[in-house]
Amino acid sequence: MSITPKTLFEKVWEQHVVVEPKGEPTLLYIDLQLVHEVTSPQAFEGLRLAGRKVRRPDRTIATVDHNVPTTIEGRLNIVDQIAAKQISTLRQNCADFGVELYDVNSREQGIVHVIGPELGITKPGMTIVCGDSHTSTHGAFGALAFGIGTSEVEHVLATQTLPQSKPQTFRISVEGKLPQGVTAKDIILAIIGKIGTDGATGCVIEYAGSAIRSLSMEGRMTVCNMSIEAGARAGLIAPDETTFAYLKGRRFSPQGAAWDKAVEEWSKLPTDPGAKFDRELTIDAATLVPYVSWGTSPGMVAPVTSSVPDPAAAANELDRKSFERALEYMALKPGTPLDKIAVDRVFIGSCTNGRIEDLRAAAKIAAGHKVSTHVHAMVVPGSQQVKAQAEREGLDQIFKEAGFDWREPGCSMCLGMNPDILSPGERCASTSNRNFEGRQGRGGRTHLVSPEMAAAAAIAGHFVDIRNWEVREEVKA
Amino acid sequence: MEPFKTLTSIVAPLDRTNVDTDQIIPKQFLKRIERTGYGDFLFFDWRQTPEGKPVPEFVLNDPRYKDAKILVAGKNFGCGSSREHAAWALSDFGFRVVIAPTFADIFFSNAGKNGIVLARLSESEVDTLLRNAQTIPGYKLTVSLEDQTVTDDRGFKATFEVDPFRKYCLLEGLDDIGLTLRHAAELDRYESQHDHATWLRAK
Repeated sequence: MSITPKTLFEKVWEQHVVVEPKGEPTLLYIDLQLVHEVTSPQAFEGLRLAGRKVRRPDRTIATVDHNVPTTIEGRLNIVDQIAAKQISTLRQNCADFGVELYDVNSREQGIVHVIGPELGITKPGMTIVCGDSHTSTHGAFGALAFGIGTSEVEHVLATQTLPQSKPQTFRISVEGKLPQGVTAKDIILAIIGKIGTDGATGCVIEYAGSAIRSLSMEGRMTVCNMSIEAGARAGLIAPDETTFAYLKGRRFSPQGAAWDKAVEEWSKLPTDPGAKFDRELTIDAATLVPYVSWGTSPGMVAPVTSSVPDPAAAANELDRKSFERALEYMALKPGTPLDKIAVDRVFIGSCTNGRIEDLRAAAKIAAGHKVSTHVHAMVVPGSQQVKAQAEREGLDQIFKEAGFDWREPGCSMCLGMNPDILSPGERCASTSNRNFEGRQGRGGRTHLVSPEMAAAAAIAGHFVDIRNWEVREEVKA
Repeated sequence: MEPFKTLTSIVAPLDRTNVDTDQIIPKQFLKRIERTGYGDFLFFDWRQTPEGKPVPEFVLNDPRYKDAKILVAGKNFGCGSSREHAAWALSDFGFRVVIAPTFADIFFSNAGKNGIVLARLSESEVDTLLRNAQTIPGYKLTVSLEDQTVTDDRGFKATFEVDPFRKYCLLEGLDDIGLTLRHAAELDRYESQHDHATWLRAK
């Protein structure tokens, strides 16, 4: 008997089909919904108005991340009354509907996409949603994880399902060994630069190849996190020994015999040899370099060794206009070498690059150096657990001695919904995911880079090619 | 949700590509817990200077497009953040249709939940519509969801694809949760089986 080979995505999808009504989208079961303060209040209100309950509180987890200030004083007394009300509304909603909340004072609070994995809530083969586009992060575990709008948040709270049309599949294989100084962030920036911000619209990407397999879970999360910036519905990576080693012993990971059974089941998930994808792309890891974004869309990236490109190179009139507008907003001239661009601010953190490994990498660059006198640089751990771990390893001391501002966990300056924002005209080297106009504060100018590149920019005062960096002190983990 | 059949309206041309949801509704307005009242904040940073003065050259400040219920824009409209506030703001401002070559997936879904019709036309058709709306005074389009067409009274006619089920929901103004609960029995059956998969439990 021959069995049709299946992709990882197809296996996860098929295990979650509740019903396929004729002429309608598939009704997909959702194993886990993550909830935060910004996109949930209207959903809970909708439940109240309709007299509905949360169907599965045990498959629903909440935290506060977007609005919370990242200083201790700021958290004790949130000055922004609208933000404070949104947070207290989540508190009330979680209490009313029986949803577990990792609140501001919890030792497990953090960015929703950081705490899911570190608590072992995120698991291979799951379907995961959250009212947040960077839910794709959890795909690093071989879960089908995607962002949804608030109406869908309400739908999942009420029914634990979502009607979904089946997306296309797109395998991106990164083969070979990553050159020194080139990180997971550079892999995903290169992919977005290559295929464009709508390059994977309607698709679920599976990242494969030896360069992907050699990444840690943190690196894989960075890659999957920015799938949305390539337009993808989700991004995922097959679970393997690296995945299982990360999950073993975490708070909500299965234990004992249940663990062995789980590994057995998860091991069946990787794409079968010969399975067909709708699209395929292969990238040679050896060709990758450290990247810097220069414009106002994540596809506007270039190697750090190159210059700001010329709008004349745009494919058409509308693209050229957007290109010119981006350069005007960024106050950049074509031909300017990227490593000559000076920065005012540096932000190391976010659901893209706020995990322990990211902080270790940045600390290694910072050790023994000093932040440039004209730069304000901040490090914002992705969660309380990341912060505690970093402090156990002495990374906070390295950052502080170098002149970095060491802060409390949250989304911070990734999206400026809390007091951490850029002032108009300020230029920032940021490890976050979006360089949209005004994203980090109105008039602020964002350049997306890896944690290593951000740390080096803080010290040099401008972008530098990290491959030439002088590492001064060995950091002991 | 308000049903949509057909609409004839002035057309506002937004000749930009990759219009992200951070531009459609900037982050400072996401802290509200209400579902209504976002229209005033639509394209806030593009409509107003930091001092709060209207930017005269921005399309939505142009009196010619004051009553537009149809917006035409470049490719990848609605990219970025999943915030449904973007759909709420467009709808609250008065837009019922957005025409573009492509839309980002999450925005596409959010728009549908709020009775906004998204019509994907080719890049050259969109270029024509942008040009017409910019140069022809009082330029109007008629969008028929029933026929899946976009037409003007000068001979322009284009058709757009729409998933039959999405079309049905938009035409009838149907709420999704109610539709899903038609399958309550199948859901109960599935869930009681699925709960045995301990390796897929959250906690």
